[in-house]
Amino acid sequence: MNQKVIGLSGDEAVAYAVKQCNVDVVAAYPITPQTIIVERIADYVNDGEVDLEYIPVESEHSAMSACIGAAAAGARAFTATAANGLALMHEVVYIASSLRLPIVMAIVNRALSGPICIHCDHSDTMAERDSSWIQLYVEDAQEAYDTVIQAFRIAEDPSVLLPVMVNLDGFIVSHTLQDVSVLPDEVVSEFVGKRQVASIDVAGKTVPMMLHPDNPLTFGPLDLFDYYFEHKRQQEEAIKAARDVIKRVNEEYYKISGRRYGDGMVDSYRMDDADIAVVGLGSTMGTVKEVVDEERSRGLKVGAIRIRSFRPFPVDQLLEELSRVKVVGVLDRSGAYGAPGAPVYNEIRSLLYDLDKRPAVLGYIYGIGGRDMPPELVKSVIRDLENALEKPPETKVEFIGVRE
Amino acid sequence: MSGEWSPTLKELAKKPELLASGHRLCAGCAAGTIIRAILKAAWKPIVAVNATGCLEVATTIYPYTSWRIPWIHNAFENAAATAAGIARARDKLLRDGRLDKDYHVIAFAGDGGTYDIGIQALSGALERREKILYVLYDNEAYMNTGIQRSGGTPMAAWTTTSPAGRKIPGKIEWKKPIARIVAAHDVPYVATATPWQWRDLVVKARKALEADGPAFLHVLSPCPRGWRFDTNLSIEMARLAVQTCFFPLYEIVDGEKYVITGYSRSIAMNPKLKKPVVEYLKPQGRFRHLFKPENARLLEEIQRRVDYEWERLLKLAGYRS
Repeated sequence: MNQKVIGLSGDEAVAYAVKQCNVDVVAAYPITPQTIIVERIADYVNDGEVDLEYIPVESEHSAMSACIGAAAAGARAFTATAANGLALMHEVVYIASSLRLPIVMAIVNRALSGPICIHCDHSDTMAERDSSWIQLYVEDAQEAYDTVIQAFRIAEDPSVLLPVMVNLDGFIVSHTLQDVSVLPDEVVSEFVGKRQVASIDVAGKTVPMMLHPDNPLTFGPLDLFDYYFEHKRQQEEAIKAARDVIKRVNEEYYKISGRRYGDGMVDSYRMDDADIAVVGLGSTMGTVKEVVDEERSRGLKVGAIRIRSFRPFPVDQLLEELSRVKVVGVLDRSGAYGAPGAPVYNEIRSLLYDLDKRPAVLGYIYGIGGRDMPPELVKSVIRDLENALEKPPETKVEFIGVRE
Repeated sequence: MSGEWSPTLKELAKKPELLASGHRLCAGCAAGTIIRAILKAAWKPIVAVNATGCLEVATTIYPYTSWRIPWIHNAFENAAATAAGIARARDKLLRDGRLDKDYHVIAFAGDGGTYDIGIQALSGALERREKILYVLYDNEAYMNTGIQRSGGTPMAAWTTTSPAGRKIPGKIEWKKPIARIVAAHDVPYVATATPWQWRDLVVKARKALEADGPAFLHVLSPCPRGWRFDTNLSIEMARLAVQTCFFPLYEIVDGEKYVITGYSRSIAMNPKLKKPVVEYLKPQGRFRHLFKPENARLLEEIQRRVDYEWERLLKLAGYRS
């Protein structure tokens, strides 16, 4: 495949992918805090490089609201936000998924106020983890580009019909320049096609599930205790179905690009004979992989598992991989104040409960508000896990890299 | 074509009813009458957006709907943004040849969804000149949730959050001048209307749909439950609102050209037709406390304000120099 390598930040890589994905409507609010994703898309629109409706709305709430309207009307819709912008959107994030609209949204992961902070952590998207949006976390700008393209295929798959968040770490991925291999426009265009609206059976007639004058469908009616529960139940089936779709799209994308990310759900690194696994999300896992190589060279059997799909959660993959290890260290870049641990830790510990022989699970909360996670800090975690091989603690959730 | 369009009631009755009967709007609620009239003004298919509120909950409850047109409810504050998204999707799909029918996009919202929580999204859509019609059906409080005051509630009115108390007799603020606020965005068409003068209403709806850019209809929607009057008097209340100049009928074209219409025009030509405001306030339980001796000053204040606003409108419409 004839791919061009260009220098792009994570934000620019997202915008480049959006330009290629036959997107019909972009609702754009650039601030709270600002990312350049929508600025680059505006450049493409105003330079005539892409034909899409660009709606410069007055808030993130309206950005998602306009995407909901556009997607319900049959368009492929995209928006991007971060931190407080996502929090402001919260109400309509849930409405987008409950209306089963395949919107794609890039999130530059940044700390929620207060105090006001613009740097990386995952508190913004963890606050949306139960919204029945698919959440894919990427490691670098290349994966951000690739994942946006995949996201439209996943969201619009008739067995899924749920919106997708593509999450990239604020500044670390969003604002740093990387060599990114980009596919030719026509290859991406063919891979994603134009938005094909899924069908629905209404009174014995199959009609497109969209606002269209020929089919007077009612979207978003009042829905009380006699049906609401069934509708929420269906969302669980849809997001479960997304597991296979994410894996399939990962493989299909590999065929056109030569790039894939594990099985699409998890990206495992040197896990075959590992005694120790370090599990986490996002760009930090790149650092972890480097440290794993160093530790391996001195004989420690350690591997890394990057969870790419946090929602749906990669239950089977993690059970299979983690049942073979003795100690699991879980890295969380957000807190869950008052809970036993942080979000990723809580999921993994719960998941492993059913195993006959459970590994020890240790939790580490790091990098809040953009605090750096240098290799030395990863090494100290691995030292801790190595000690636990001998004498596992009962429970352990620790804040690391913070002044106590 | 609009200038000439003046349908008879018979012609309108022959047009299909796009809001089916059997909905659960209260007896005497004017909203259904208003919506049906506006839908009859369209000459293209319609896609409707509905903010959370009386109209939304009373016309849908899964698995039933009264809407014979495509309809979407998103949330309370975002009808304008949702409508904008639909209008832009329509334009793109038409341009691509992926949609075979053009349609109007009409947003319906109450006073809470417009004056208060929805004004930001509305202002944004107006500024961007989205090709939508935004209809405010104004029953002057959050009626769906039990009569709480909004920015559209008249001064001195009783509501459950502006009770007629011993110390504070009802709402203490004046109603927000929403038509002027919208018109200040220099949009092509803004009009006020009531379900009393139905031809005035449908003609304005037609003009609004013809406007090149956002259009706004502010329609007074008398509410027997919230205003405390008998269910057979809704149209009567709308009539008195106009005849007392409490709610005058007018258009604002391109943000500056004021045209007084309907019975309000008759009053402008013949001031003797203007009735005292107490004739409008008296039959409504929400103003009952104003007729206690200690609140007489409020009645005077309201009359002064109505007179002042009416004089201002006459000036803006060129009846006064």
